[in-house]
Amino acid sequence: MKEIKPFHEAANPLSDTAARIRQTGRKIIGYPCSYAPEELIHAAGCHPMRLFSSGHGIVQAENHLQSYCCSVVRGILEDSLAGRLDFLDGTVFPHTCDSMQRLSDIWRMNGAYAFFADLVLPVTLNTPSSAAYLESVLARFKADLETALEISITDADLAASIALFNRIRTHLSFIHDFYSRHPGLIRGSDMNALIKGAMIMDRDEAVTLLADVAASLRHMPVPDTPVKRVVLAGSVCDTPDLFDTVEAAGGAVVGDDLCTGQRWFDRLVPEDQPPLTALANRYRERVICPSKHTGLTTRADHLISLVNHTRAHGVLFVMLKFCDPHAFDYPYLKECLDAKGIKSMALEMDDGHWNQGQFSTRIETFIHML
Amino acid sequence: MADTPSTPPKIKAAKKMRDLMTTYYLEALSAAQNHRQVAWITSGGPVEPLVAMDIIPVYPENHGAMIGSAKMGEDLCAKAEDMGYSGDLCAYARADIACAVVRGGPIGGLPKPDMLICCNNICGTVLKWYEIQARYFQVPLFILDTPVCHTGYTPEIEAYVKAQVHAYIAFLEQVTGKKMDPAKMNAVGRLSYEGQRLWQQVLNTTAHKPSPMSAFDAFFFLALIVTLRGTQIAVDFYKELIAELEQRIHDGIGVVPGETYRLLWDNLPVWHRLKWLSDRFSAHQACLVADTYTSAWCGALKYMDENNFLDSMAQAYTRIYLNIGVDEMAEEVLKMIRFYDVNGLVMHSNRSCKPYSFGQMDIMRIVREKTGIPVLMIEADMVDPRSFSQSQAETRIDAFMEIIKQKRARP
Repeated sequence: MKEIKPFHEAANPLSDTAARIRQTGRKIIGYPCSYAPEELIHAAGCHPMRLFSSGHGIVQAENHLQSYCCSVVRGILEDSLAGRLDFLDGTVFPHTCDSMQRLSDIWRMNGAYAFFADLVLPVTLNTPSSAAYLESVLARFKADLETALEISITDADLAASIALFNRIRTHLSFIHDFYSRHPGLIRGSDMNALIKGAMIMDRDEAVTLLADVAASLRHMPVPDTPVKRVVLAGSVCDTPDLFDTVEAAGGAVVGDDLCTGQRWFDRLVPEDQPPLTALANRYRERVICPSKHTGLTTRADHLISLVNHTRAHGVLFVMLKFCDPHAFDYPYLKECLDAKGIKSMALEMDDGHWNQGQFSTRIETFIHML
Repeated sequence: MADTPSTPPKIKAAKKMRDLMTTYYLEALSAAQNHRQVAWITSGGPVEPLVAMDIIPVYPENHGAMIGSAKMGEDLCAKAEDMGYSGDLCAYARADIACAVVRGGPIGGLPKPDMLICCNNICGTVLKWYEIQARYFQVPLFILDTPVCHTGYTPEIEAYVKAQVHAYIAFLEQVTGKKMDPAKMNAVGRLSYEGQRLWQQVLNTTAHKPSPMSAFDAFFFLALIVTLRGTQIAVDFYKELIAELEQRIHDGIGVVPGETYRLLWDNLPVWHRLKWLSDRFSAHQACLVADTYTSAWCGALKYMDENNFLDSMAQAYTRIYLNIGVDEMAEEVLKMIRFYDVNGLVMHSNRSCKPYSFGQMDIMRIVREKTGIPVLMIEADMVDPRSFSQSQAETRIDAFMEIIKQKRARP
C-alpha cells in the first residue's frame, strides 16, 4: 500500500525527515518515552520526535554509560554524541526507569541542544496527590517551553494540538483493530512502521496519510488464511524482522503491550476538560508501563484482557536486556498467563540487534506449539 | 618500609553493636508472638513514623548486606533466577525474593511483614521489588513517591511529598487501628535527628590523620543508623563510638598501620569481599577513609528541622544523595575529597545498582579535571560474587596504587 511507504521511510534517514520539518519553521524537540506530552510540544509550535536508537555501534557512549546499561539508553546517547541528532533543538526526558533517569543527567551535563527539560512525572498514578502533582509538572513544562521559546501557549493552541493527536490515535486504533481482526491484510512490519513513523514524521502529514490508510483498508479483500495469533509484550520493539519471522512461521502479531505500540495510542485526551487536566487524566487512565504503579495486578489484568480481546493464542515477551522494570514483572506476568493456560515465550534481545537464526528457530517452535 | 607498624587494636564498640543488632533481629523475629506488627521498609525510607507507632521496621536491604557478607548471595540469587528473575537485576532484590520463599539466609529469613513501605528515593527497583513482595505476602503496600531532583527541589515536589507524608500516617493508622501520638512522633523525630547528627560526627572523625577507622568500619557501624534510627539506642551507641574514636585519635591510633595514602570509596560496598579489599588496600598503606554511601544516612540533615520533623521530612527524604542529579552528586564527591583530604577515588561500578553506577563515569571525569587525583573503577556487584573477578581487581588496585605512589613521589 503506497500510503504506508512514507512511514517506513520516516526514519531512513531520520535527518531527511528532520530537514523537511525544519523547512516548515518548526523546531524539533526529541523525547525517548511515550509519557512525553507531545501535545504541549506541538502547541508550542515545535515538532515532537520520538528518539530511537539507530543501532550504530557504541563508541562515545562507552565514556558515559557502563555495558550493563540497556541498548536503548546507550544507543540514544551514542546517536547524540556522534552528531546524528544534530537537527534537534531540544529534548525532554519524562521520568521512567533508573537508566533513563541517569541518561537525562548525562545528556544535560553534556548538552548539545538549546532546550532541555526533565519531566519528573509521578510514579504512582492512582492517588489524589499524584493527580495534582502530575498536572503541576505539565504546567511547569508548559511554562518552560513558553520561556525558552518566548511564546505563549493558549488553551486554544493546546486544544487544537490535543484534537490533532487524538485524530492520530483514533486512526491508529482503527487501523490496528482492523489489522488485528484480519491478520494478513497488511504486514506486521507495516503496522509497526505506521506507529513508529507517526512518532517521527510531521503530524499533519501523518494524520492525512493515516486517514488514507484507514480508508484503503476498508476496501481491501479480507484474507482468510488461518494464523496463530500472538500478542507482544515488553518495552520497545524496533525490529521489523520480528514481525516477518512470526509471519513466516504461520503467526501474526494481533496486539501488543509495548510503548512503541498500543500503549502509545491508548486512550484519547478528553476534549471537554481544561487541557492540562485532560492531558494528566489521559496519563492516569492510559495503560501503564512497569515503571509506573496503579495497583499490584494492573499489568497482568491488562495483558490477560488484551489476550482475550484479541483472541490471541500466545504471548511473546520481547525483553530488552538490562531493562529492570520489565524483567521484574516478567515472572509474575508469566505465572498469570500460565494460570489461564495462555502459552508464552520470552526473547531477550538488544535493541535493533536481531539474531536471525536463533530467534527464527525459537519463534517457529513457539508458533507451532500454539 | 623503614618500620612495620603493629596491628592497631580493634574498635571495641563493634561487639556492642553486634549484640544490639542481634537483640533487634530477635525482637523482629518474635514480633508476632509479642503481638507487634512488622513493616518492611526500603533503606532510604522514612522510618520515624513506624518507630513512633511501635511498629518494628525491618530492612530487606540490610538483610541483603548480611546475605552478601555471609557469602550466601550466589545461591539465593541463583534461586531467584530459577524463579524467572533475570540475573541482571539488583542482587538485594533477587536474594530477598528468593529468601522469602525458601526461608534461607543467615537468620533463616526475615519475619513476615504486616505491611510494606516503599520509598523510591533510592531507585525504581524498590518499587518493583516491593510490588512482588506485596503480592507474595498479600499485605498492604504504601508507596512514598519522591520525585527525582535532577536540578533542584521544586514547590510542586514539596507539595506532593508533603501530601504523601500525611497519607503515610493515615495508612499506618488504618493498618494498626491506632492513632499516631504527635508527642511521640516529635520525640522520635528529635532522636532521629540526633542519631543522624552523631552518625555524621562518627564519619567526620576519619578526617583526622591517621584515620581512627575506615570506610569498611563505617559500612559495619552503618547498620544501626539504618535500622534503629529514631531510637535512644542508636543515639547512645553512637555517642559511645565517638568517644572511643576520639580516644583513638588522642592516642594516635590509625586503623591502617602506617597510613600513607587516603582514599574515598564510591557506591555500595562489595559485601562479599570486604575483608579482601580492606587487606588489599592496607597492604599499600592505603586507608579508605570515607565513602559516599554511608553518608547518605546523614547527608540530608541540612534540610531537617529537629523540632518539626514531620514537616521537614518531605524535603529531607527527597533530597538524598541518590535522588539528585549527577552534577550535584559530583559536587558532593568533590566536597568529600577536600574534607577528607584524599589522594584517590575508588569507584565501585556496581552491576546491582544502576542509579548509583550510571553517571559515575561523568563524576570520574569531573573529579579528574577539578582535583587531578587518580580514579579507579572496579567492576563488581554488592552481593552476587559471580560479577567479580578478584585477579582483575587485584591487578587494577595494584596499578592504581602505583600511580598514587608515583604522584606522591613527584615534588
